[in-house]
Amino acid sequence: MATKQTQLLARTLLSPAVVLLFVWMIVPLALTIYFSTLHYNLLEGGAQQFVGLDNFRYFLTDPAFLASLQNTLVLVGSVLGLTILLGIPLALLLDQPVIGRSIVRLMVIAPFFVMPTVSALVWKNLLMHPVSGLFAWIAKLFGLTPIDWFNDAPLFAIILIVTWQWLPFATLILLTALQSLDEEQKEAAEMDGAGATSTFIYITLPHLARPITVVILIETIFLLTVFAEIFVTTGGGPGLQTTNIAFLIYSQALIQYDIGSASAGGLVAVVIANIVAFFLVRIVGRNLEA
Amino acid sequence: MARMATNRRVAISTLGAWLAGFLIFFPILWMVLASFKTELEAFAIPPSFLFFHWTLENYVTVQERSDYVHHALNSIIIAGGSTLIALLIAIPAAWSMAFSPTKRTKDVLLWMLSTKMMPPVGVLVPIYLIWRDFGLLDSLTGLIIILCLGNLPIVVWMLFTYFKEIPKDILEAARMDGATIGRELVYVLTPMAVPGLASTLLLNLILAWNEAFWTLNLSTLNAAPLTVFIASYSSPEGLFWAKLSAASTLAIAPILVLGWFSQRQLVRGLTFGAVK
Amino acid sequence: MGQITLQNVQKAFGPVHIIKGANLDIADGSFVVFVGPSGCGKTTLLRLIAGLEDVTDGRIFIDGKNVVDVPPAKRGLSMVFQSYALYPHMSVRGNIAFGLKMAGLPRAEINRKVEAAAATLNLTPYLDRKPRELSGGQRQRVAIGRAIVREPKAFLFDEPLSNLDAALRVQMRLEVTRLQKQLATTAIYVTHDQVEAMTMADKIVVLNAGQIEQYGTPLELYERPTNLFVAGFIGSPKMNFVNGEAAAKYGAATMGIRPEHLRIAREGEGWPGKIAVAEHLGSDTFLYVDAGTLGMLTVRHVGELSLSPGDTIKLSPDPSRIHRFDKNGQALRT
Repeated sequence: MATKQTQLLARTLLSPAVVLLFVWMIVPLALTIYFSTLHYNLLEGGAQQFVGLDNFRYFLTDPAFLASLQNTLVLVGSVLGLTILLGIPLALLLDQPVIGRSIVRLMVIAPFFVMPTVSALVWKNLLMHPVSGLFAWIAKLFGLTPIDWFNDAPLFAIILIVTWQWLPFATLILLTALQSLDEEQKEAAEMDGAGATSTFIYITLPHLARPITVVILIETIFLLTVFAEIFVTTGGGPGLQTTNIAFLIYSQALIQYDIGSASAGGLVAVVIANIVAFFLVRIVGRNLEA
Repeated sequence: MARMATNRRVAISTLGAWLAGFLIFFPILWMVLASFKTELEAFAIPPSFLFFHWTLENYVTVQERSDYVHHALNSIIIAGGSTLIALLIAIPAAWSMAFSPTKRTKDVLLWMLSTKMMPPVGVLVPIYLIWRDFGLLDSLTGLIIILCLGNLPIVVWMLFTYFKEIPKDILEAARMDGATIGRELVYVLTPMAVPGLASTLLLNLILAWNEAFWTLNLSTLNAAPLTVFIASYSSPEGLFWAKLSAASTLAIAPILVLGWFSQRQLVRGLTFGAVK
Repeated sequence: MGQITLQNVQKAFGPVHIIKGANLDIADGSFVVFVGPSGCGKTTLLRLIAGLEDVTDGRIFIDGKNVVDVPPAKRGLSMVFQSYALYPHMSVRGNIAFGLKMAGLPRAEINRKVEAAAATLNLTPYLDRKPRELSGGQRQRVAIGRAIVREPKAFLFDEPLSNLDAALRVQMRLEVTRLQKQLATTAIYVTHDQVEAMTMADKIVVLNAGQIEQYGTPLELYERPTNLFVAGFIGSPKMNFVNGEAAAKYGAATMGIRPEHLRIAREGEGWPGKIAVAEHLGSDTFLYVDAGTLGMLTVRHVGELSLSPGDTIKLSPDPSRIHRFDKNGQALRT
């Protein structure tokens, strides 16, 4: 048949990508599962011992895990809240006829394209440094004592940095969604007697409901694994105050070399991410039909 | 008369937007300013905003340090290499899914996207061990492989959406005009897909350049790109914030420029089409 | 030579049977129109002939050769798409020349043919422009130019005029017909507009839900429709259908009479009715009449008739123009 030839060709062309991604997913995941059942520490000369679910029990009851879980939730929740609460008004603002709009856009979007290590260091040293940072200087101007960010409010500092990096993302998505709002809908509302606030509540906000959900889901997936910012600024400390799950696993794997425990932790992270991914894939899938 | 309020609206919006933009951009601006100061000035209190001794000495020093150039080259090779290889694998895959879809196509695509949603931390352990055993730690090859695999779903996805936008009947017209599949690809599809290919290339170059998990964990010196190099400044070793700022500015400047051009692609690539 | 025959062609997409066994003989050089309501399968049938879809069963012969396994590139047919499907990155010249380039003709000959085709279609001043710089009508002509330059065995048209405005459509209709006669190449033309079908075709294929209802000349379809569907589809305004007692009087389950064949009288013999709507076009008058148990009847009168809504009139069908259908919708012939 004439079109069957194309179908066979298509199947062949697709296979490298499928095979590679399949291997990339399955092999490490399988190994992680395997390692999570072992007592395996690289410092102990590589002796491996089957311990079943011990690692999970140990990991999940470890106070470090609970602390990191809490930190993760606080981090993700706060960044989500801040990026959306700030993103909506920003997007609304950028949707207006602003003079020099493209330059403003560039300024608002820039933080997303700055590499995480640079962002973290700029914030830590140039802005938040308790002696010579800009924030310290501003505080002193107002007669306040400068905050020692990374000692007194380390998690909040990290939240600020990550929010700064992801705000452009939320803003851009919401702005794109706003610009797809049919002008005629707003005009119909105007004819129906709606003022600016009513139009926002009854027309704009419902239209934004779906993009906001998407922003939440996608940000969550990436925020669960915030790493570089913590690595570069606090190293997880002081104590465990800025350790999230990702950093905890990292420190167990590459600092304590406890492979078994780190693998168990890794699986926990995968499970959490999968829950979020499930919802995201559903939304994307629905959109694919359209 | 009813529309006259807009002039005032424009003024307020402009003021508000510029204020917000300036506040958000400020850290970057501050860093760039610091890069032109002497080390002493960079740390001075009260800080100077414009009226300081502008100097290029930091840039000169940074450029002279051979390790900076070395790491910059690494960044280029890793970002470029992983993106190009990803494109090579993704173009046929996206082509087949866009133009010969089957009942399974949607599921395959969604599955590919879900691999991107896997937290890297979850597989840090086995990847580290495998890389170690195969001698891929701190190697350009090792980093290229992992970044390629990490970005592959996004590359496939973006190309798929661009290919889907090519009207099917233009390709059918080529077939009616006597073109074989190969010629259809060369004379019709590729020229029409070039903008989409460029956009995908751009966004993924940026994502690979900025990647700061695998690069931090799988490289130390030889293959370390700029992300690692900058991170190595994090242990307090004295006053060289001005030089750090210069190095950082150099590291992010090209990406900021590229990023400006890839805004729309960012939405398309990272929201997986869930937002139009 | 462009003789096309379809033998029991079937097409199913999964469980959905789009084409349910099409048999057709298209004579070389004739202009055949596939017409029918949306979803009837006319475009699918065209694409099966083109080779852009595979048949589920049956055979398609072009000049006696079964082409069911032959890819579209090798069937020697040209297609004009509804959206024109011009190559956006090529100039008009490039678009028209593409097929010849694929066939491997020498450059000089390609240029000669392209210029000849452009001249026929008044496209010569636009040869170096890109499609996006052209108007809808001009793009249409480029699409036609691309089709004719390859001197195919047959032209396939997929609703090519539906994206044009009304005035342009009428003009292009004439051009396409004139061109086809001049080139004497077989043409298969798909449209949902029965006026286009009636004015352009040598023969018409009326399709409904994947079945060929009737295949005949326009006049045959108008004067002797084989069933209710064709009778109701061909002719505008639609034929009036009457059931029940009034039909039984003529020995049929359903009786059909076209609006132009109803005689109007103020009194006397005929079906009584009250005018609900009267449309005065100057050239014609259309009356929509409430005829009680007979339902709403449409009447067409050539010229102006000064009747208004509310007037009562009597309608009588021209006896030589009555159509009779049995209870299965098939036409009864005397």
